[in-house]
Amino acid sequence: MEHVELFFKSIFIDNMVFATFLGMCSYLAVSKKVSTAVGLGAAVIFVLAITVPLNWLLDQYILQPGALSWLGAEYASYDLSFLSFIMFIATIATMVQLVEIIVEKFSPSLYNSLGIFLPLIAVNCAILGGSLFMQSREIATLGLALNYGIGSGIGWFLAILAIAAIREKIRYSNVPPALRGLGITFIITGLMAIGFMSFGGMLTGGDDEGKAEEKSAAIEVIEEDVKQEDAKTESDLELAENINK
Amino acid sequence: MAKDSRLILDPLTDNNPITIQVLGICSALAITAELEASIVMSISVLFVMGVGNVVISLMRNIIPSKIRIIAQLIVVATLVIIVDLVLKAFAYELSKTLSVFVGLIITNCIIMGRFEAFALGNGPYRSFLDGIGNALGYGIILIIVGFFRELLGSGTLLGIPVLGDPIEKTGLYALGYENNGFMLLSPMALIVVGIIIWVQRTRNKALIED
Repeated sequence: MEHVELFFKSIFIDNMVFATFLGMCSYLAVSKKVSTAVGLGAAVIFVLAITVPLNWLLDQYILQPGALSWLGAEYASYDLSFLSFIMFIATIATMVQLVEIIVEKFSPSLYNSLGIFLPLIAVNCAILGGSLFMQSREIATLGLALNYGIGSGIGWFLAILAIAAIREKIRYSNVPPALRGLGITFIITGLMAIGFMSFGGMLTGGDDEGKAEEKSAAIEVIEEDVKQEDAKTESDLELAENINK
Repeated sequence: MAKDSRLILDPLTDNNPITIQVLGICSALAITAELEASIVMSISVLFVMGVGNVVISLMRNIIPSKIRIIAQLIVVATLVIIVDLVLKAFAYELSKTLSVFVGLIITNCIIMGRFEAFALGNGPYRSFLDGIGNALGYGIILIIVGFFRELLGSGTLLGIPVLGDPIEKTGLYALGYENNGFMLLSPMALIVVGIIIWVQRTRNKALIED
């Protein structure tokens, strides 16, 4: 149940593009045609599914306060979490390079369709964002981390597929000249994001609260997230203080 | 000298990194619900871009081109860790608001884009100017979006109420004005940027696409 919940939450409610604006650069640049959008989307799912669990292991066994205790009692007080940015991005850049080499070697056809997008992905905010949110939301197990990686990848894939399809159609409509291209894409994305907010009540069960509550449910989810994050940073602080003592 | 000043002035208007080059939107929009957060984010990016461009420009002849992306990422990541630690030390509340978005400066496409397009081929001084110019162009959009979202969304600027008190019904609120809470939600950031692009392209027809 936990897995199903996290899976749908990461696809719809915490959708990378519509809820947190991650990966917007490639989302806007590569969404002119559906076929390229599918290629990039598939590559994002693939890379997220590899890097999120890998960074989860790094976080659990090296970076977190006290994570080094498996080396011996004298390492238990180490806190390397300030290194997490550099470790995560190094892992991502290396993994992307490695995946590129492996795919090129074993599946040239897959390489031809995914290959050109892989270098783009190393600097895609969605990938680093996936790892950072995994860290800040304290995903509990390796399985859940894998689940989260795949889920948010699929969410990103859906978003870029939808906008690419809309942009292919919108070429035939009469958009004000100054809005053509980038401007209208921004506004459409905004409208789609408003639509996606209605998924906010999906896991809380909108029925018993009545339909009038539905609108505020989305807002509440966001606020809850913020609160949770706040609570977490506070507990982090306490932990750090205890360690210092 | 005139050429050097263009390096700073161009990105502010006709070659703006966000509205024209479509770079660096990723980490920008989620934190613009408050003006203060936008300003802090702009300053952080200004620091990272200015210093990063100089460092990359100084190292441009010794970085092998095959691994240049990793080398660039490590330089940015180091600078961002500095920013993150400084924010945690001196502005803890803000660093909580910005949460993971400070970390996401690393993958801000403006920074990588300018490294690739400019710092790898130019001297440190010109790279520094280019970095500052692009970071200012980025900051201007962030601050405009933050200004309107905070003003219309919560009726405050930098946390100070400017339109009167919504509960006591003073100032504008006495006339029946209401805060538009919708402006605080994330989708509105996209729509505000869309409108900025609209205004900019209406004023300068040369920028229109298609």
